[in-house]
Amino acid sequence: MTADFWPTLFVFVLASLIGLGVIRRVSRLLHTPLMSITNAISAIAVVGSIIVTGSDYPLEIRILGAVALFASMTNIVSGFLITDRMLKMFKTPGKPGAEK
Amino acid sequence: MAMTGVTQLAYLVASVLFIFALHWMNTPATARRGVGAGVAATAIAVAFTWAQPFIIHHWWIIGAIVAGFIVGVPLSLVPLTAVPQRTALSHAFGGAAAGLVGTAEFYLGFQEGPGHLTTFKMVALVLECILGYLTLTGSLLAAGKLQEVHWIPQRPVTYPGQNIVNLMLLVVAIGLAVAVILHPTAPAAPIWFAIIIGLSLLFGLLLIIPIGGADMPTVIAILNSYAGLSAVAMGFALDNRLLITAGALDGSSGLILAIIMCKAMNRSFINVLFGAFGKVQKATVGGEAKVYKSETVEGAAQVLEQANLVVIIPGYGMAVAQAQHKIRELYDQLKKRGITVKFAIHPVAGRMPGHMNVLLAEADIPYTDLVEMEEINPDMPQADVALVVGANDVVNPAARTDKTSPIFGMPIIDADKARMVFAIKRSKNPGFAGIDNELYFADRTWMLFGDAKAVVGELVKQLAPGAGMH
Repeated sequence: MTADFWPTLFVFVLASLIGLGVIRRVSRLLHTPLMSITNAISAIAVVGSIIVTGSDYPLEIRILGAVALFASMTNIVSGFLITDRMLKMFKTPGKPGAEK
Repeated sequence: MAMTGVTQLAYLVASVLFIFALHWMNTPATARRGVGAGVAATAIAVAFTWAQPFIIHHWWIIGAIVAGFIVGVPLSLVPLTAVPQRTALSHAFGGAAAGLVGTAEFYLGFQEGPGHLTTFKMVALVLECILGYLTLTGSLLAAGKLQEVHWIPQRPVTYPGQNIVNLMLLVVAIGLAVAVILHPTAPAAPIWFAIIIGLSLLFGLLLIIPIGGADMPTVIAILNSYAGLSAVAMGFALDNRLLITAGALDGSSGLILAIIMCKAMNRSFINVLFGAFGKVQKATVGGEAKVYKSETVEGAAQVLEQANLVVIIPGYGMAVAQAQHKIRELYDQLKKRGITVKFAIHPVAGRMPGHMNVLLAEADIPYTDLVEMEEINPDMPQADVALVVGANDVVNPAARTDKTSPIFGMPIIDADKARMVFAIKRSKNPGFAGIDNELYFADRTWMLFGDAKAVVGELVKQLAPGAGMH
């Protein structure tokens, strides 16, 4: 297990640097949608929740997993939907409503 | 439970798609593509995780997913003024998910006996649970404050020795964490772990109790970061690189937003978290009573009509009054007369990063007229009218001049440099940060008292064709 530590840490540090680089370029206009989309993205905890819920584990463990899965799924659904809803509203003067 | 090459490949594709999703957020023109990429990545991750052979309880998964849709869809349809609360609530859900999975993993490993809970895994699980649970309660409290739930105090709550109490709790939690990490299979380990969970839940509340509304944008960003980092810790515990990548993206996003917010208030992280900003400033004793000059809507409309450049400065008051649609009508009326209208957006205006932009975009105001503070300030002396709609601290000149002011040093929108200022204000009370605003007493400032929506509506009526302009 400790052998996995270093490659995993590499992934974390490099992903964080990519994150900092990408996020810094996000338009300030879009900081609210940015927050809701990163929220949906971090609901990738859904992967862990599915494993805990669906594996052949004791009942009480799977109940914890199912609640976590519900919470992650709520974030995925509401996060992506509301981000898209907000982004649809950002229009240039030239083409009002063109992006609808 | 080893992952196959196919699953790993799917996770790699999902990681790349997530990075592109955020990359496409750099301009409104491509941002919706980003949502598509994010949805695709999540769908791939879910499908390939689910398809693994050791996943056997399919109905459980289906049930939880359906429940997620039932709650998630209405949550995505809230009015845009409620977006800060919704965001805080979703941070709470994210924290809960991480905390619960971490809890499940620990008790599972404990039941399965020694060998399952390595030191490395234990460190990850403890971090995952601490971050997850404190994000859960902290975000719930933040959401409650934003929603203005009546039994939750809006003003920051402070008491003597607050930071000492917090620090001592932290020391206890760290002590227990070290114990459970070193002896994960000790008979008392499940109890230690449970106490750590309890302390984390408590800690989340204690962290947010002293936070006032003006600091909410920063705090929401910090909680966003914590939610991401708890997913990272889950990734370490499960040895899953997709979780680590996606969590790191979220963590760095929250961090950058928090830094931007802190800079925009000239404050440090530490100061936001432990400074208990927003206490009502003590009334200056012996100072002469300052007098507001108020103006009628008719008078203000006449001045607006003669202007060449009007800068509208929105704040949280606009959101509260839901005035953005009336402001759009005002914008239309002024534009029709050939007047240039710009919106000056302070980074911390409102209750979350970007709050004003979303509300104005909802009202169909082209985003090209939404101008950041740094860009609009050089033009402020040319503005004929600065119209302040429900903004307060972000236009307070005390930030430049008054060293005793709690907001001293905070960059502000230079409304006071405009030739004339109209400020729409609901009441004569100080703003959320509890600080008197010199701008309102300045020579060139005229107050329009009333609800922002009603006042702007009256202005529109005055400017509308056929209205009896004198």
